[in-house]
Amino acid sequence: MSNFIFGRYLPLNSTVHRLDPRSKLLLSFCYLIVVFLANSWLSYAILIGFTLAAILSSKISLGFFLKGLRPMLWLIAFTVVVQLLFSPAGGHVYFHWTILNITQAGLVNSGVIFIRFLLIIMMSTLLTLSTQPLDIATGLSSLMRPLRWVRIPVDTLAMMLAIALRFVPTLMDEATKIMNAQRARGVDFGEGGLIKQAKSFIPLMVPLFMSAFNRAEDLSTAMEARGYRDSEHRSQYRILTWQRRDTMTWIVFLMVVAAMLATRRW
Amino acid sequence: MAITFEHVGYTYQAGTPMATPALSDISFTVPDHGYLAIIGHTGSGKSTLIQQINALLKPTTGKITVDDFTITPQTTNADLKPLRRHVGMVFQFPESQLFEETIQRDIAFGPQNFGLSEEEANQRALDMLKTVGLDESFADRSPFELSGGQMRRVAIAGVLAMQPKVLVLDEPTAGLDPQGRQEMMTLFNRLHQEQGLTIILVTHQMEDVAAYADEVAVMQAGKLLTCATPQEVFNDPAWVQSSDIAVPRAAKFAQQLDKRGVKWDQLPLTADQLADQLVQHWPGMGAQHE
Repeated sequence: MSNFIFGRYLPLNSTVHRLDPRSKLLLSFCYLIVVFLANSWLSYAILIGFTLAAILSSKISLGFFLKGLRPMLWLIAFTVVVQLLFSPAGGHVYFHWTILNITQAGLVNSGVIFIRFLLIIMMSTLLTLSTQPLDIATGLSSLMRPLRWVRIPVDTLAMMLAIALRFVPTLMDEATKIMNAQRARGVDFGEGGLIKQAKSFIPLMVPLFMSAFNRAEDLSTAMEARGYRDSEHRSQYRILTWQRRDTMTWIVFLMVVAAMLATRRW
Repeated sequence: MAITFEHVGYTYQAGTPMATPALSDISFTVPDHGYLAIIGHTGSGKSTLIQQINALLKPTTGKITVDDFTITPQTTNADLKPLRRHVGMVFQFPESQLFEETIQRDIAFGPQNFGLSEEEANQRALDMLKTVGLDESFADRSPFELSGGQMRRVAIAGVLAMQPKVLVLDEPTAGLDPQGRQEMMTLFNRLHQEQGLTIILVTHQMEDVAAYADEVAVMQAGKLLTCATPQEVFNDPAWVQSSDIAVPRAAKFAQQLDKRGVKWDQLPLTADQLADQLVQHWPGMGAQHE
């Protein structure tokens, strides 16, 4: 669990870390679409190259990155195997048994799925590893600002998101603390049969919920005591500014997209 | 139970870029029936250190011996249950570990995990309620309707109910009123005296260190500065100053008097010791009260 890096933040000082969170969020989103547009091996090679370059320029070591993604491999492997066995007929048939087929088309398809999966996971992991949760929240709320015109309470949503993200580490610490206390009282977490395992989480979940509710109450009291009111136009402590490196990043990204489009089969 | 640390080191998230060393080269021994106080600033590694004693955290280097149990970096979780049965842990703000519907069942939870029948565990829960100074009428109430101080007592009763031979206390009196604090410390001392429990106490209260501990371990930045009797530790004003630790109030008072020429046979650490020695200096003073 401790080396599972999906969704975590790694404080370093690199160009990728310093990019505007809005540009990282938008870019990750566009990348998602771009990955599904690629269809030739060369176009995938270009995207793989771009992804590796992005990871390298974040100063996060590739070995650490791959090791942290190992738990995700099961999910990927499962998808690939399903794709491999249940794919439609096409090309040479290598293996056939009742409804299971391994065909050439299936082989190619599962290869494509594997690459797409890996690329998307790597890019979104890079996003969270290089961006503080609060920056992601600020970036999201800034991107959602136009939705105000259709009367969506963007500021309130952003505040909720920021508070939720802020309390993730606090609750994680709390959970560790409670787990330790219960372990010292003889609870074995994650051992025994399914029912025993599920039961062992009651002594964790009850105190955790208690403390989360208490915290929420304290926080709301503290916010009200300092005059917080909903849906006021509030100024922000973190001001996002679009830098030249953001523009440069987008130029590189658009060039990669153009190269990918040029090499894909139409 | 005697506890021995041999060159113990611990690093959080070892082997990742987030690795942070928390303990380095810690060696000390607590004899059977000993009373050790651990002092040091926030972040000096006190809490990390005590979690090694029942292997909630396993050392990255070195070796810990608790009676017959040996904990090394290779120890597996399967071997730990007998150890945890004998080492009771009272964490900071232990009231956050309460979860059962009734107080009795919460106290009985630990003993039951270690193999006691429900009946025996419930009986023990009633005994422990009395030990921590609550009466039997509490048994069927919900732990969540108690005051903070009462919740603390119930949580401590839940640890004592396992009848551990070592009791590890991480700032057990933080946030209690002075009277509750006094009662708690007296309770722990009674368990130490009467039942021979080995006690490890993490604290910021130098008065408690002076009054109860046989030895005091001073932690700083993950290292053990010294482990000696309170008398030895507090007696050296220059060392105390340089290692930035506080001194019991009585000792501070005595040192002030020392500057004005009062000579002590031995630096008094508690108010009682101070009073006794003052009476020897000025025999007339004691007489006025009698």
